[in-house]
Amino acid sequence: MTKSDLIMKISEIYPYMSIRNVDRVVSIVINSIVDALREDRRIELRGFGSFWVKTREAAQRRNPRTGEKVFVKARRVPFFKAGKQLKEVINGK
Amino acid sequence: MDSKKTLTRADIANAIVSEFKVSKFNATEIIEDVLEEIAAALKEGESVKISGFGTFSVRQKKERMGRNPKTMQEAVISSRKSLTFRASPILKKIVNSKKK
Repeated sequence: MTKSDLIMKISEIYPYMSIRNVDRVVSIVINSIVDALREDRRIELRGFGSFWVKTREAAQRRNPRTGEKVFVKARRVPFFKAGKQLKEVINGK
Repeated sequence: MDSKKTLTRADIANAIVSEFKVSKFNATEIIEDVLEEIAAALKEGESVKISGFGTFSVRQKKERMGRNPKTMQEAVISSRKSLTFRASPILKKIVNSKKK
């Protein structure tokens, strides 16, 4: 499923809304999450899951293929953890 | 963890209300529909790829032995499906773009 498939599914539920507006709504949902992550805020969508950003320290690492030493700068990485209800849904409970 | 406020459905609903002439109730309902459609696709084992954001995919985990860390008792962990999210390169870049 892609974003446009998702938009089509939502359009079926809201036939009186234009596709363009459905697209805007879906984009607001996604962008709200992205903006919060950028601000290092946690996002909690009960039942679905939560998103947050972890900070990885700078470290001396090795390129696993060449064995070459590389210095990796500190960076921030987005994470997601599925909520209890969503875990149950995908496990068919 | 930090003092910054956690974003919830209510905040997203407010963002929708400020752009459309809809009630907060209706905005909340459409957010729910978006999340439910994503869940429905994942339930079918489909990946959900939102460009510029990331991909949700379902992985099948095999049955394995585990141990209750509190009681140290060994137990079988049944096979199950787990959900993973891979952030898109764009999202990774965005979270690193702010000076914090």
